[in-house]
Amino acid sequence: MSTLLLSDVLVSAHAALPAHPLLLADGVIDFNTSRLFSSFWSLTVDGLTYGAIYALIAVGYTLVYGVLRLINFAHSEIFMLGMFGQYAVLWGLGFTPQGDVYTQGTVLTVLYLLIAMIGGMAVSGGAAVGLERVAYRPLRKRGAPSLTFLITAIGASFVLQEFVHFVLPKLTGGNFGGTTAQQPIRLVQEVTVFSFGGADVSNVDIVIVIAALALAFLVDRFVNATKFGRGIRAVAQDPVTATLMGVSRERVIMQTFLLGGVLAGAAAMLYSLKIPNGIIYSGGFILGIKAFAAAVLGGIGNLRGALLGGLLLGVMELYGQALFGTEWRDVVAFVILVLVLLFRPTGILGESLGRARA
Amino acid sequence: MTTTTNTPASTSGRPYHGVGDRVRLWWDAQARPTQWLIGVPFIVFIAFLPVLRIPVLTTVGTDFGSVMAQFGMIALVAIGLNVVVGQAGLLDLGYVGFYAIGAYTVALLTSPDSPWNLTDQWLSQDWAWLFCVPIAIAITAISGLILGSPTLRLRGDYLAIVTLGFGEIVRLLADNLTTITGGGQGLKRVAYPRLGESTEHPDGVFSAGNSAPPWNSGLWWFWVSIVLIVIVLLVVGNLERSRVGRAWVAIREDEDAAEIMGVPTFKFKLWAFVIGAGIGGLSGALYAGQVQFVVPTNFNVVNSMFFLCAVVLGGQGNKLGVILGAFVIVYLPNFFLGRTDLFGISIDGNTIASYKYLFFGLALIILMIFRPQGLLPARQKLLAYSRQLYQAARRAVLAGEGRTTPVPADGTVDGRGPAATKDGGER
Amino acid sequence: MRRSLPTAAVAVAMASALLVSGCASKGDSGGGGGGSTSGSSASSSDLSIQPVVQIDESGKEVPAADASNAADPAGDGKAKCASTTTIAMAGALTGPNAALGINILDGAKVAVDAHNKANADCQVQLKGYDTEGDPQKATQVAPTIVANKNVIGLLGPAFSGETAAVGDIFHQANLLSLTASATNVDLTKNGWTNFFRGLANDGVQGPAVAHYLVDTKKFTKVCVIQDDSDYGVGLAKAVTSALGSAADKDCAASVKTGDKDFSATVQIVKDAGADAVFYAGYYAEASPFVSQLRSSGVDATFVSADGTNDPEFVKQAGSSSKDALLSCPCGPAPDQFATDYKSTNDGRTPGVYSVEGYDLATIMLKGIDSGITDRAKLVDYVKNYSGDGLARHYQWSSTGELSSALIWIYQVK
Repeated sequence: MSTLLLSDVLVSAHAALPAHPLLLADGVIDFNTSRLFSSFWSLTVDGLTYGAIYALIAVGYTLVYGVLRLINFAHSEIFMLGMFGQYAVLWGLGFTPQGDVYTQGTVLTVLYLLIAMIGGMAVSGGAAVGLERVAYRPLRKRGAPSLTFLITAIGASFVLQEFVHFVLPKLTGGNFGGTTAQQPIRLVQEVTVFSFGGADVSNVDIVIVIAALALAFLVDRFVNATKFGRGIRAVAQDPVTATLMGVSRERVIMQTFLLGGVLAGAAAMLYSLKIPNGIIYSGGFILGIKAFAAAVLGGIGNLRGALLGGLLLGVMELYGQALFGTEWRDVVAFVILVLVLLFRPTGILGESLGRARA
Repeated sequence: MTTTTNTPASTSGRPYHGVGDRVRLWWDAQARPTQWLIGVPFIVFIAFLPVLRIPVLTTVGTDFGSVMAQFGMIALVAIGLNVVVGQAGLLDLGYVGFYAIGAYTVALLTSPDSPWNLTDQWLSQDWAWLFCVPIAIAITAISGLILGSPTLRLRGDYLAIVTLGFGEIVRLLADNLTTITGGGQGLKRVAYPRLGESTEHPDGVFSAGNSAPPWNSGLWWFWVSIVLIVIVLLVVGNLERSRVGRAWVAIREDEDAAEIMGVPTFKFKLWAFVIGAGIGGLSGALYAGQVQFVVPTNFNVVNSMFFLCAVVLGGQGNKLGVILGAFVIVYLPNFFLGRTDLFGISIDGNTIASYKYLFFGLALIILMIFRPQGLLPARQKLLAYSRQLYQAARRAVLAGEGRTTPVPADGTVDGRGPAATKDGGER
Repeated sequence: MRRSLPTAAVAVAMASALLVSGCASKGDSGGGGGGSTSGSSASSSDLSIQPVVQIDESGKEVPAADASNAADPAGDGKAKCASTTTIAMAGALTGPNAALGINILDGAKVAVDAHNKANADCQVQLKGYDTEGDPQKATQVAPTIVANKNVIGLLGPAFSGETAAVGDIFHQANLLSLTASATNVDLTKNGWTNFFRGLANDGVQGPAVAHYLVDTKKFTKVCVIQDDSDYGVGLAKAVTSALGSAADKDCAASVKTGDKDFSATVQIVKDAGADAVFYAGYYAEASPFVSQLRSSGVDATFVSADGTNDPEFVKQAGSSSKDALLSCPCGPAPDQFATDYKSTNDGRTPGVYSVEGYDLATIMLKGIDSGITDRAKLVDYVKNYSGDGLARHYQWSSTGELSSALIWIYQVK
């Protein structure tokens, strides 16, 4: 046990400033390395699980940025709508919220989860395309500056949140949306499947990580190996030439938003699997900023970078919490974001959606 | 919009558009003393609005004086943010961080809960607030310098996100450094000016305890903010008309071109950032004094967006426009709060007020599509020798109403919001 | 519809990939026992928050007050007063913290309705003022309450933060400020002669729970987790110091309001192997937190306080909330009150502080019925008041604290 206090290190400075005895108050920031080492693997497993979710959301930021050089600030709300979408689909399938986990065997559970995921994807994808149509396309037609897009995105973010907060409950008789989180529908009981190095790996963790990796792989293939992907890359690289070559820019942009939204919907379902009681109107915002940080960390505009950034950020947040204390999680994420932007704005893998090999 | 921005006003036949511009042209043509002669009574009228208690206009659910006091603070914030966003064209999403630093500087130096409280050592409680205001401005300006010098090399979206991160880091530090800031419990009993103490107001007119409308503390704080707004407007207005202001416009319109033409862009961007930060700190100090209680939750990122909303709504780049924007975002929700009927029509004011973010979000989207320049758009104008030119322009207008006389270099270019042409036409 | 075909194909492809991965992991978990089927047989839909015991500051049991002696707002039916007489209520009625304010207002409504029905010549108005729980908003709302000359007494403000911000305003106007939920200890140390607290403060709740956990429950290792709210920080401080050596410093942690992911905190608690976890904060975070504790295999008793004592906690945490201990300075709602409450308030059930709202409104109504017409006299009336309510006996010390402040322990079962 070597709990190291910052104030211990600075004790000489402390003595040098008798006029302000509280200048370096005791334990302003605790620094606990033993905790990091003792539960290193547990933190890694949890970090990868949340990191996988960050990564899926980050892909949406990265795709849109790659094609349009636009930070789709409202992407976090697209994710939030996906949570409600998959919840509504489960509701429609006849599940009512209850405290216990529904028990209906593995095959049926997987089937229902898949339907829920497709529901989430549909809602998020639809919302992303709708947002593009309603809010961004008029601006693009006019050739508005990038700040205008960002302000529109902030406005859209407000509107979508408050829609779920106030309007949705009115439309659905109070069943969806509102001030409090949705009462959860639990389909999967989280149980430990195996342990290693003191870390318990649960079924939910495995599903999330594998599903996220599979989806990321598919998107990567889609963008790098299909005709549609070639269109996306072409527009990202050189919109004018791409248009001259017969690529419909508008259609590519629509596909990009759709793809990003669909992945956010998938992430929303996976997130609700891990945190069933996290479905709330305000639940997307901070996750969205984290995912954006992940995209920047990996290199915004770079698909593999988004995956890498997501996983790294997820893990680092948890290491940071173990090291400095649980209240420092968001600070860790924001400091990483700021430092990456300052010292390597292109991220770890660089911005390369447009430059990827055909 | 880009197509129209390139069209000089003269080709449309008229050097002005609509009533707004006519008023503006008239105003700009007046001599400075005349402007003061008209401006001062108008400001005095605004200052006495909470006293006059005009029906319908006066808020029902909340005290009008306090609402106007909050408006004054947000107006200051908007003016400061306008220097950064509207004039220099740098999108700052973490402006609330400066507001927080200003408020916390005052609170840390004067609250008995703080380890750095000076009021029980050598600083008199009576003057503590006033003493701390310049310190708060200085510290926020320095923090603007610290944040700005590494980040201002970034452009556009990246800068926006870095500042967003900064704003959140400031709030989280205030939340986490509990031994200094009290964390979520905040700092209570922040000092305020002890003026006008009497048997009726034992703690002076600025104390929150002085609550009986209309002569309550809200009104007094509103007056303080009006004085500060006028001072800040004079400073910012002079800067705008100086070399600094011209450099800001150049940077906003085309940073690369400005750099090539010899404008030290980084230096002037930093200036904008530091000045904006200082004004934010001033407003934060006002907040700390009025509410006398500072907690981190008041400085979340939503407030940053809210401030930005005021600037965009009012008209980026136009000082009076952003004040109007601040008035709209502060006053409108309060106007509806607690109101059950409006001109005989029964309404549910509380519900309308609680939807404020929905409406502001919609307003932002719609404005960006149809009127990106805001309610009171900024007009490009010549910054030097302007008054003579406006007088000339006005003479020409009056003489040749409706004639297609091209007014030389009047500079009123239609539809051009700030930063409108920057990398326009790309998408 | 050419363009939608490939995207649909992608969606199906993604879905099938997930199916494969999902099946694979399910196969693993099936071997580990349990799989997706939950072992618990007791349906959590029956779970609710039930009162267990009333305790004092040292954690000792105190028999519950007899509700049959409770003051009746109806009175003798002969009261006379001006028809403009108004009782104000201030608190969050909209926004994320509105539940508490609405509970109090609804409780007060039951009392006022009963009073007005019985007393034809004394129709008292109840007017709710929305502060959103925000101190700055409260400073704007408070002057309008003071300026409304018909307001004879105030039920509120509801939260501690806003009370600290506006207490002076009511004090200078000498308007009775009778709070049903602001529990910050320092509020009664401001010399506000008009301020009375209708329930125990955090300085009582913290030690009471702590002693109950140590003396009655015999817990020897408790992890205190706090959120970053004024309430959470203050309560955690009180509980930690009263727990003494039972509070394990190494597993104390703090989280943020709005957090949903508590993996690092759960890990810390898990490593500590504590008997109990005390969470100082609100149900919005407590429900995901307790769910994640349980799914990580931590079976330490979950203990929390009035911020979590809400039916929504049980709804959202489900079976994970089973056996959680929840303290509250608020008394349980008697059956008759619950029935009246439902019929007055569109079928809503009484929540935390509803009973206090009712009791305190009743006290003000009794004052009005005794012929009081001005604010100062009502303050004096409350100062000298002594009588039973539904929740407890009400009598105040000179500072405005209850002379016998007690805490209820509830359990989810």
